[in-house]
Amino acid sequence: MNSIKTTVHQVEAICHGTVIDHIPVGQGLKILKNLQLLESKTRITVGFNLPSKIMQLKDLIKIESRLFAKKEADKLAIFAPNATINLIQHYKIMQKDKMKLPDSIEGLFACPNLNCITHDEAIVSKFKLLQQKENTALTCIYCERRFLQNMLKMI
Amino acid sequence: MFSNIQNQLFNNHILSLSQFDRMMLEDLIQAILYMKTHGMPNALSGKVIGSCFMEPSTRTRLSFDVAIKRLGGHVIGFDNNENTSSRKGESLSDMMCVISSYVDAIILRHPKEGSAYLASQLSSVPIINAGDGSNQHPTQTVLDLFSIYESQNTLDGLTILCVGDLKYGRTVHSLIHALSYFKVQFIFVAPEGLQLPQYLIEDLDHNHIAYEVYSHLEKAIPQADIIYMTRIQQERLDDTEYQYLVTPYLLKKAMLKKAKSNMKILHPLPRLNEIELAIDHTPFAYYFQQATNGMYARMALLTLLLNKQAHWGTLT
Repeated sequence: MNSIKTTVHQVEAICHGTVIDHIPVGQGLKILKNLQLLESKTRITVGFNLPSKIMQLKDLIKIESRLFAKKEADKLAIFAPNATINLIQHYKIMQKDKMKLPDSIEGLFACPNLNCITHDEAIVSKFKLLQQKENTALTCIYCERRFLQNMLKMI
Repeated sequence: MFSNIQNQLFNNHILSLSQFDRMMLEDLIQAILYMKTHGMPNALSGKVIGSCFMEPSTRTRLSFDVAIKRLGGHVIGFDNNENTSSRKGESLSDMMCVISSYVDAIILRHPKEGSAYLASQLSSVPIINAGDGSNQHPTQTVLDLFSIYESQNTLDGLTILCVGDLKYGRTVHSLIHALSYFKVQFIFVAPEGLQLPQYLIEDLDHNHIAYEVYSHLEKAIPQADIIYMTRIQQERLDDTEYQYLVTPYLLKKAMLKKAKSNMKILHPLPRLNEIELAIDHTPFAYYFQQATNGMYARMALLTLLLNKQAHWGTLT
């Protein structure tokens, strides 16, 4: 009996755009929210809890008609430090990058320290990022308090 | 040789201990020593300093005021926020923009953590953080460091015993940070629930600084070169808790029988009952000299901040 090799996409392929792959399970929704694409007309295909050889389970996001700049993608590294960004043109991967944790992140999280000045003044929060083993530590540049990522809430 | 001092503070802000390294701290100690022995009457001649205290302060505010006057400068400002526009709802950001256009430097004490950093982003003149909530009080740390140096003639090879509220006390946190640049070891003695935060323990481990945790104050005293006492804030505990938890951590004269002869006791003040009054007249007490050093430390910092090339003398 002849075997027939077929490629089955777990999520529909896109012609032109960006695929964010290898997102840790549960982080996909946070990335979508951060991208602020849920309210836009952009066509987005998402997959949650997809099987993965490397991660066992993963989330995946495909954004049609938008190519992410490296800097823009790195902002998402806080949620998915090992994710890959694939830029797609005519159904082919034109560029593949691993996300890199940026040195700092602005306006994404509120400082958990309620006595931090960022809660009283019209200013944008800013944290310095430091990868510590499997955790990402964030230090508020204003109050200098250090937090683990899971202690922070998005604005 | 002190005349080689590298003034990296000129026209800069003093916000946090994290902006200093060992060399800067050593230079600062030499500058304070010079101020204490020689003074510099015209270092702030023609300068006006804004003293903006939005929270109560005694030693810090007065020592800054006196430091400015002893350097020939003028001081304007306020010692609480009752009569300022913040009562009308003015933001700190607006206030700093305006005041910085009037003066040559601003000393800021504010109840919110991060306020000094925010001010530094908006001010056109140097900001000196005189305490931002429970975060930083760098000039206190500089004077603490100087007092240790002055009393021991070195900052290396010392054993520093920190006692009291090690969880919330910002002075002890900053001092540990500053002393981590030197070859010291720490002993920590604190009531249950007021021990040193985990992140500071991690920092000590990261910097390979030796430390021990004792539960019994008297047993730790014979090893100490410096005992750094801190105030346990009574408002954090009810009366019964206070009596039960805190009493074993109060320093009594009788506990000092086996203390080293060079040992000195420091306290950022104000004290409540954590140091028995009878200790005041022993050679171990150094907290009042420490408070006096606050004035010299602030004289040195202000001079470095506003003079690119002060005419420092030579100390050997």
